Order: sequence, then structure tokens, then C-alpha cells
Amino acid sequence: MAAEGSNHIDALGQFQLHPALGAIGASVNFTQSNLMMVIASLLVVGLMWVGMKPRAMVPGRLQAAAELGYEFIMSMCVEQIGPEGRKFFPFVFTLFFFILFGNLLGVFPYFFTFTSHIMVTLALSLLVFVLVTVVALREHGLHFFSYFLPQGIPVVLAPLLVVIEVISYLSRIISLSVRLFANMMAGHVMLEVFGAFIIMLGGLGLLGYVPAALSLGLNTVLIGFELLVAILQAYVFAVLTCIYLHDAVHLH
Amino acid sequence: MDLASAKMVGAGLAVIALAGVGVGIGQIFGSLVTSVARNPAARDRVFGLAILGFALTEAVALYALVIAFIILFV
Repeated sequence: MAAEGSNHIDALGQFQLHPALGAIGASVNFTQSNLMMVIASLLVVGLMWVGMKPRAMVPGRLQAAAELGYEFIMSMCVEQIGPEGRKFFPFVFTLFFFILFGNLLGVFPYFFTFTSHIMVTLALSLLVFVLVTVVALREHGLHFFSYFLPQGIPVVLAPLLVVIEVISYLSRIISLSVRLFANMMAGHVMLEVFGAFIIMLGGLGLLGYVPAALSLGLNTVLIGFELLVAILQAYVFAVLTCIYLHDAVHLH
Repeated sequence: MDLASAKMVGAGLAVIALAGVGVGIGQIFGSLVTSVARNPAARDRVFGLAILGFALTEAVALYALVIAFIILFV
């Protein structure tokens, strides 16, 4: 994983996929990424199930956490989408917690971040895109296509604007997926690079100890920053999903 | 110029985009400070918007970073 003793920093090696769970995993191409997805899903279900089991009037810690998550996403849905947002609550809730737990699990040492792969985030954003388009077509029928023609513009500009609107509508897939993927990947590459610095500088002897300690301190700060980014990016993904759903339900 | 050094230069050029991102993030938080100073009661509401804007702007920086990584490592 790290560049021990050598002068080469293998920054991207940490994102390689390896079969997990021995021979059975290898035969069905079940990688550590899939294993982390299963763990994240189980943790989310576990938090909700175990947390809400007591159904106490005065919640304990787990129940408070579960209720906090529920209310947070519910208020986000209703605020961004409007009263119709309650319909989309389960979807946004699942999406948010899946990404959140994926991001947070990735901060732990020896754990793999499945959201640092573009294939995973692209699949998630395609899911959002298809859902938004289907919802818009169901709500408005063919009238949905007026979305691409902003009202009150000169007729001369219409052909240009329609093209721009269609491109910006389609580029949601890319921007949504690359944002999450790039944030997670860049963070982990930074951690890896500074981690390799510590080893390389420590190998230099007495002269290298001070900069090595500095990069160790920076790595510690970076892990705190990674925690912030992990939560923020899950939030941004969920908020943007809500904004797109608002567009689909209300057309502007 | 051989390919390896051209790649290094290209990766350096790719992250010039960070200049714009720096201006953008500075503007976002500058406006946040101004608006909170004008109306401290709006702090919670405005802070959420600022964080959203920060994340969207920061993503642009990361696009540039990913391009640099692709040039260097892929």
C-alpha cells in the first residue's frame, strides 16, 4: 500500500480491487468494494432497526441518532421539493445514508472506500437521473419538454438555448458522479502521499524527523478534514438529488 | 521535450484552474461574513447555503485535480 523505503509513491494502488472472502468471492468477482457496500448497508439497516427498537418516549443514543437522521432528511426533502417531497423521502434517505456510511467507513485504516470508484458513483447518479426523468415524464407527460425552453426568451435565441439546456440537463450525470468520486479519491490520495512522505523522510535519519513529524501532523489534520468532506459530500449528493426532483415535480 | 516531462508540465497546467476556485471560495465565504454581519439572525440558513456553494466550487478544483492525476498516473 505505501511506498516502503522506495522513492516511488504509489498513490493509486489503494484503489485496486481484490477479491474478498476467499475462493467463493474470487469465483463470483466479489471484491472488497462489494464487501464494504454490504457492510455499509448492514450498518444503516442495523442503526435504524436496533435504534428504533425501544420506541422510547425519551430516546437513547442510538434512537436519537436514528431520529436525527430521519428528521434531517425529511426536512431537507420537504424544504427543497415541497409537500410532494414526502413521496421521495425513502429514496433520498437510502441514498444519503448509503453514501454517508461508504464515505465514513473509508476514513478508517485498512477499509476501502467504495465511493472512490467512478463506476459506483456513476451508477448512483444514473439512478438519480433516470428517476428524475421518469418522475418528470409521469407528472407532466410530454409537457416536460418545455423544461428545455425557458419562458419569455426571444425566438431567435431558442435553438441555442434549447441545446444549452439539454446539455446542462445531461451533464448532471457527470457532475454529480465526478464530484463525489473526485472528492473521495483526492482525499485518499492526499492521505497516501503524506503517509509516504512520513516513511520516506523517516528513512533519511535525524535530518528527516522534523519534516516527517510535520507531515504526520498534517495527516492527522487531513483525516479530520476527510471526516468533514465525507459528511458534506453525502449531504451535497442528497441535496442535489432533491433539487433535481424539485425541478422534475415543478418544472422550474 | 520527452513524454515524461511533458506530462509533468501538463499536470501543472491542469491545476491552474485552482486560481479560479480560490477566488470563488473566497467570494463565497466573504459574502457569508458580510451577510451574517448584516443579519446575524439569518446565520443558520445562510450557512447551509454557503456550505453547498463551497462544495460545488470545491468540486471544480477536484475536477482539475482528477485531470492532473489522469495525466500523471494513467
